[in-house]
Amino acid sequence: MDALMQFVFSGVTVGAVYALVALGFTIIYNASDVVNFAQGEFVMLGGMITVFAHLAGLPLPLAALGAILATAALGVALNRLAIEPARGAPVVSVIIITIGASILIRGAAQLIFDKQLHGLPAFSGDDPIRVMGATILPQSLWVIGGALAVFVGLWAFFTRTLTGKAVLATSNNRTAAQLVGINTGWVMTLAFGLSAAIGALAGVLVTPITLVSYDVGVGLALKGFAAAMLGGMGNPKGALAGGLLLGLFEALTAGYVSSQYKEAVAFVVILGVLFAMPQGLFGRAGTERV
Amino acid sequence: MKTLTTTALALIAALGVAGPGLAEIRLGASLSATGPASFLGDPEAKTLEMMVEARNAAGGIDGEPVELVLYDDGGDPNKALTFATRLVEDDEVVAIIGGSTTGTTMSILSVAEDNEIPFVSLAGAVSIIDPVRPFVFKTPHTDRMACEKIFTDMAARGIEKIGMISGTDGFGASMQAQCKDVVGQFGIEIVADETYGPKDADMTPQLTKIRGTEGVQAVLNPGFGQGPAIVTRNYHQLGIDLPFYQSHGVASDAFIELAGADAAEGLRLPGTALLIAGQLAEDDPQRAVVQAYKAEFEAAYGMEVSTFGGYAHDAFALVIDAISRAGGTDPAAIRDALEATSGLVGTTGTYSFSADDHLGLDLSAFRLLEIRDGGWVPVD
Repeated sequence: MDALMQFVFSGVTVGAVYALVALGFTIIYNASDVVNFAQGEFVMLGGMITVFAHLAGLPLPLAALGAILATAALGVALNRLAIEPARGAPVVSVIIITIGASILIRGAAQLIFDKQLHGLPAFSGDDPIRVMGATILPQSLWVIGGALAVFVGLWAFFTRTLTGKAVLATSNNRTAAQLVGINTGWVMTLAFGLSAAIGALAGVLVTPITLVSYDVGVGLALKGFAAAMLGGMGNPKGALAGGLLLGLFEALTAGYVSSQYKEAVAFVVILGVLFAMPQGLFGRAGTERV
Repeated sequence: MKTLTTTALALIAALGVAGPGLAEIRLGASLSATGPASFLGDPEAKTLEMMVEARNAAGGIDGEPVELVLYDDGGDPNKALTFATRLVEDDEVVAIIGGSTTGTTMSILSVAEDNEIPFVSLAGAVSIIDPVRPFVFKTPHTDRMACEKIFTDMAARGIEKIGMISGTDGFGASMQAQCKDVVGQFGIEIVADETYGPKDADMTPQLTKIRGTEGVQAVLNPGFGQGPAIVTRNYHQLGIDLPFYQSHGVASDAFIELAGADAAEGLRLPGTALLIAGQLAEDDPQRAVVQAYKAEFEAAYGMEVSTFGGYAHDAFALVIDAISRAGGTDPAAIRDALEATSGLVGTTGTYSFSADDHLGLDLSAFRLLEIRDGGWVPVD
C-alpha cells in the first residue's frame, strides 16, 4: 500500500510536468493546426532565463516573471519572423519551420547561457510531505497546481471568451474567419505569445524538480507531445488527462513490472489507444469536406 | 573550429620557411567541444588551449613552439573520423589527443593505428586499451576501476547485498555492465537492478522497489548528468538510510549544488585528487600538479575545474614529456617514448606505461570521497 501510494505520487508529479508541456501545444495547434516543435525550447528558456536572472540577483518571483515575458516576446518574434512569412504554406512545412526554430533556439541558448546543468530552489522548501507512508515534495504540488490552473484558464479561454472562439475559428477556416471580421494575424500573434508564456511558466515550475540545461527541451517536448496525442490534440482536458495518465503508466510500470520497460509500456498503451480512438481520448473527430 | 597559434604562423611567414620539423611541433586534437558530449569536450578544449599557450610562453619544447590544431567533432564519430584523417594527411601532426567519447575515440583510433601516429584518448572505455594497440594510449581510469574502488569500500564496511539504480545513457549502461561483471570478486551480490532514462524527472518508484527488496544493505547509482542528482534527492525524500554510492561521473562541486548538500550528505564516490586539491597532504605526490592546474584553469576561464579537463591536462603533459624525451618529432620515436613513460604525475593519477599497459594507472589514482557538510572528505 505504501509502495502503491509512492508510485502514484511519482506518477502524478511526472504526469503534471508532461501535462504542463502538453498544454502549451494546445493554443498554437488550435489556431493553426500546427504542432509547434519549439514548445520544449520555450520550457527550457523559462527555466534558463529564471536561473540566470536569479543568479544575477533578481528575486525569484521577479526573475520568473521576466523569464515568462521574455519567452512570450520570443514566441511572438518567432511567429513574425518565421511563421508569418510562410503563410499559405502547407501545415507540414510550418511544422518543419518550428523544428528549425527549435534547433536555432537550442544553439543560441548554448552560446548565450552555458552548457551546464542548473537548478532552482524549491518554492516552498525541500521537506517532503508524508501521506499514508509515502512522500511527496512541496514542489510537486506547485507543478500539479500550475497544470490545473493553466488547464482551467485555457478551458475558460476557449469556451467562455470571444477571443478564444476567434482562435478556434481561425483554425477552422482562416478565410472565413477573416470574412466575419477576425483579425487572424493578431490571433496568430496571440497564440504564439500565449503558448510561449505557458511553456515558460512550465519551465519555471518544473526546474526545481527536473533541473534545466540548454538541451532539456527536446525530451520534454517529446513526452508532452505524446501526452497531447494520447489525450487528444488541441483539447486542454486531453492534455491534462494525457499527461497524468502517461506519468502514471510510467511510474506503475517502473514499480510493478520493471524500470527497463517503463517507456516501452507507456508507448504501447498510447499506440493501443490511438488504434481504437485515432483522435485521442478527448479529441474532436475531424470532418473533411470533399 | 580550427585554432591556430597565430604567432607561430607569423614567425614561419617572416622567416620564409615552412618545412615540418623545422619550425614547430604540430599537435592534433579532435574533441567534442559542442554537442551532447560538450560537458567533456568543452573543458578539455579549454585546457589544451591554455596549456599550449603556457607552454609556448615558457619557450615551447626545447625552444620549438607547439602548434595545436584543434577540431570540434561535436561528439559525432563520423566527423571525428574525417578530422583524424585531416590531422594526419593535411596537418601532418606528430601526435593526436582526443576522442572525448568512446565513440569518437574508436574513429580516431583506426586512423592513428593505420598511419602509425601516437594517439592519447580521453575516453573511459576499457576496450580502447584492451587489447593493447601499439599507438593508442589513454588517460582516464576505466569505469571498471571505479566499480572496483566502490566494491572495495563496500566490502570493508561488511556490505554483502546491494541494490543498483543505473542511468540508461552510455556512461550509466557501460558502468552498470562493468560493475555486474566484477562484483562477484568482492563477495557482493546485486539483489536489485533498476534503471532510469537520462532525462527522467522522478526515480522514487525504482528506489521504493529497491528499498522493498529483502536484504539490501547499500545502493549504488552509476550515472551521469541530471539523473544522479535527482536520484540523490529522491533518496533523501524517501528517507532511505542505507549507505549510498555514486560514480566518478558526478564527481564535481556542481553535483553537490544540484542535489542539495542535505540530500548528498554522507554519500560516497570515487573521485580524483582535483576535487580535494586544497586538502591534499603536503607530501602528496599530486599536490603540486593538481593545485597548479586548478589555479591556472580557474583564473583563465572563471569556471570550476573538472575531472574531464584534467584528462586533457594529463594527455598533453604525457605527449610533451614524450616528445622532449624522444629528441625529435618522429611519430614512432614519440610512441616509444610514450610507452617508456614512468612515474609521470598528472591530475588523474601517476602514469607508468609499459608494453602491455597503455592506461598506466592503478586503483590508487581514485580517492574514495564522502560528502560532508557540502564538501568532500577523503575516507581512505
